[in-house]
Amino acid sequence: MTEQVKDGMVTPAVPSALGSGRQATPFVRPTFAGLRPTPPGVAIPRKPDTPPHPAAQRDPTRFAPRIAQRRLIASGFAALCLFATLIGVVVLAALLFDIFRDGAGKLSWSMLTGFPSRFADRAGIGPALAGSAWVLFLTTMLAFPLGVGTAIWLEEYAPNNRWRRLIEMNIANLAGVPSIVYGILGLALFVRVLSLGRSLMAAALTLALLILPVIIIASQEAIKAVPRTIRLGAYALGATRWETIKHQILPMAMPGIMTGTILALSRAIGEAAPVILVGALGFVAFIPTNPSDQYTVLPFQIFNWVSRPQTAFHEVAAAASIVLLVLLLSMSAVAIWLRNKYTRRS
Amino acid sequence: MGATCSMRGRVPSWCGSGAAWWRWVACVLLSPPLVACGPGSASYTVSVDGSSTVYPITEAMAEEFGIASTEKVNVTIATSGTGGGFKAFCAGERDISNASRHIKQGEQALCTQNGVDFVEFNIAIDGLTVAVNPTNTFVKCLTVAELEQIWRPGSTVRTWSDVRPEWPDEPIRLYGAGTNSGTFDYFTEAIMGRVGAIRDDFSASEDDNVLVQGVEGDRNALGFFGYAYYAENASRLKSVAVDPGTGCVSPTPASIQSGTYAPLARPLLIYVSRKSMTRSVVRDFVRFYLEHAIQYVPETGYVPLPAEVYKKHLATLAQFDSTGAATQAAP
Amino acid sequence: MTAPRAPLPTPAHDSRSWGEIGLKRRHASERRIRYLLVGASAVSILTTIGIVAVLVFESIGFFAEVSPWEFLTGTRWTPLFESKSFGVLPLLMGSLLVAGGAALVALPIGLASAIYLSEYARDGVRRVLKPVLEVLAGIPTVVYGYFALLYVTPLLRTVWPDADIFNAASACIVMGIMIVPMVSSLSEDAMSAVPRALREGAYALGATRFEVATRTVVPAALSGIIASFLLAISRAIGETMIVTIAAGATPNMTMNPLRSVQTMTAYIAQTSMGELPHGTVEYRTIFAVGLTLFFVTLLVNIVSGVVLRRYREVYE
Repeated sequence: MTEQVKDGMVTPAVPSALGSGRQATPFVRPTFAGLRPTPPGVAIPRKPDTPPHPAAQRDPTRFAPRIAQRRLIASGFAALCLFATLIGVVVLAALLFDIFRDGAGKLSWSMLTGFPSRFADRAGIGPALAGSAWVLFLTTMLAFPLGVGTAIWLEEYAPNNRWRRLIEMNIANLAGVPSIVYGILGLALFVRVLSLGRSLMAAALTLALLILPVIIIASQEAIKAVPRTIRLGAYALGATRWETIKHQILPMAMPGIMTGTILALSRAIGEAAPVILVGALGFVAFIPTNPSDQYTVLPFQIFNWVSRPQTAFHEVAAAASIVLLVLLLSMSAVAIWLRNKYTRRS
Repeated sequence: MGATCSMRGRVPSWCGSGAAWWRWVACVLLSPPLVACGPGSASYTVSVDGSSTVYPITEAMAEEFGIASTEKVNVTIATSGTGGGFKAFCAGERDISNASRHIKQGEQALCTQNGVDFVEFNIAIDGLTVAVNPTNTFVKCLTVAELEQIWRPGSTVRTWSDVRPEWPDEPIRLYGAGTNSGTFDYFTEAIMGRVGAIRDDFSASEDDNVLVQGVEGDRNALGFFGYAYYAENASRLKSVAVDPGTGCVSPTPASIQSGTYAPLARPLLIYVSRKSMTRSVVRDFVRFYLEHAIQYVPETGYVPLPAEVYKKHLATLAQFDSTGAATQAAP
Repeated sequence: MTAPRAPLPTPAHDSRSWGEIGLKRRHASERRIRYLLVGASAVSILTTIGIVAVLVFESIGFFAEVSPWEFLTGTRWTPLFESKSFGVLPLLMGSLLVAGGAALVALPIGLASAIYLSEYARDGVRRVLKPVLEVLAGIPTVVYGYFALLYVTPLLRTVWPDADIFNAASACIVMGIMIVPMVSSLSEDAMSAVPRALREGAYALGATRFEVATRTVVPAALSGIIASFLLAISRAIGETMIVTIAAGATPNMTMNPLRSVQTMTAYIAQTSMGELPHGTVEYRTIFAVGLTLFFVTLLVNIVSGVVLRRYREVYE
């Protein structure tokens, strides 16, 4: 009824961390039961009219199976790969252990809700947590509609021509631009030109631009993964394009979109570089109540405390890092749970 | 900007209401009057920006002022650096500017251009400390001439014996503040006579903690950084006395305050705009600052000025009555 | 979106005609939705234009005073010393050295992890290990910087007492660990997209798991793996906080990882927090260096896209 349906084939056009390139059915690895060395004296059956390969005639050992040697190499390689994987795990454990050892002593309710102070044992992260919460809320409100809208337009509406490829290449490139360049943009555009000053809104706008490409790419992958048949069925029943999207495609793609959005937001919360440029405060004695208030965020507070001479402040910074890590890990856990739950189903 | 800022907390009427909730959210988020309120618009906010060296002092004052004050008060402090602080200050966006150096001519011109008049207050002294590793037993005092010889651009000093022949023939490892800090500017100007005149091959860092680590771990090290970082790590460093020509003087609070530790004692200042002085909360904060400097400054690792200086500043402050105009010209 | 060409039958459950149901109205709101979505998509283009505009605008002021030739070919970066020199090569070399070192750490570990997760690990093990590795990616870079400053650097100095207080090696190691999950996750996705049939064919011919992995799967997934390498390198070039916290600030044209270096990103962060008066040519170096950084990452991303598109194997 309407124009051509988008091709719903799943190809890893841009690598995504969402596992969308996975095979649908699990791949069962063969065991090596069949691969035993041929017992001596047993001829290897060969088709009668096949002469031996000239290279084998020249050098009979060239095609020898050498099974034992290869199995040895295989096990050695397996051990090497396992070792490499475990390096990452071990370093992570070392990092977490060090930070916990330094910071756990300073964790307390008064530290979580208190205000910064020049005394390390009185210093708290209350305003920083509130600032991060505000930034999270505002960034979501800004980046989510824009990101999903762009993905929908690219996947469902845009004709497959060179303009669309240009836009997609542009987005893929923006995803790789360093966060500090976004900070420069935010400083020049939101703080100066739009006169937003050092407000939460400026930070939220900057971070929204930073994570927008990630949300777009993740949403595109999720929408691409919706099978063609759903679309065809909806069109066949007379739905317009937007009705198909709103009632059929988006609900099916929503878990993937949410996963990507949550991962992108957790990146936004952990970024300190653009926030430094756009103007987080060093000392904030109040909880922000309004998008135009001044603010501080947790990564910036950590950065501030790490630069102080007193080692007690390094310990408070470690405690604040623990809080930040817990926050981010819970967000990642939610995203991964979502992905696991809905990937298995499809 | 002031008139629209009073709308804070109320939604502009053109956003509509009711059914189209997403339209309302979008309008609220993007409505300029709601979001473009500048800082310091509330009568109880004091906005401060500037040097990260002066920041700990202003932070201590802000904290104690918040505790001591009976009414609601918000002191916000940012650390954009002295240059960044002046830029915002001279654009009228800040009440107070923290500075680890005097205002430069170009910045002063900007302030005049924007109609921002200010008052300058000296609030503390930082003694830049030259330090060596504690295992270094032979260096006790360095003259300014020797420091200049070691640090000047194109310097040929490579070993300790190049400075004084009786010292060992070990290579000197130099650690110094990064080029973006007031510490760097002040050190080069005081020792070499020209800002930015320094040799190419020293280990620079913007974070003085890193420099402390460097000197602490390297027995041939020689470094300079702010007094607060030395005082905090005094057991792991050894300070070097500096001889400006009149005898070796070690950096101690007493010698820094009295001015005998020269030329590496630098003034720390705050600049307050006269327009902000019309607000009583700003005047109260600056008064608190000057009255309690002697009490709180030592805790931060810097050195307070002699009491007479603060008394003079308080007298200047008293001239600003509630109309904001000085009844006499400030000295 | 045109009106249907032939009159459609009325739906069975509703006696109104299609027109009465409001097909025209639905199409009108379709148009409005379409404009909204186009508007949303325009934001991404506007962002790129904005970034380039801001960087170029300020850099023009910079290049009016410093010749582009000197900027691009000079080997001394001392904008704040008394004798000013504006050659960006030391910063560029610093960024490449740190990124290269991080790649040297991350690429072998990442690829080996990906091979293990994709070819060797049992399903249950993979379900545990993959999220654990992704946690490494989720740790904020401030925490990594703190870790590098307070633990890795002293550790390195016990092994090499000769090293500078900041050495590129310390940042390389920490940054490498940070980008391992990126390499391993993306490579593993690429390797999972290789169809079973290829692997089964190789096993049928008597290959060991090592041979299947290295001679069948990895070459088939090569474009995705190389794309993941390039993305990881571009991430390493653009990383700011680790080098700002644990870094020195000494621009140095050196390939020795035990010396102090300064990267482009660290320079931008440190300068913007510093004591410079705004509007001077020294302050505008931030934008000039930012422009260079943008072009370098743009180049790496374009190459990565080209590699992915040219050499991708599409499986039905």
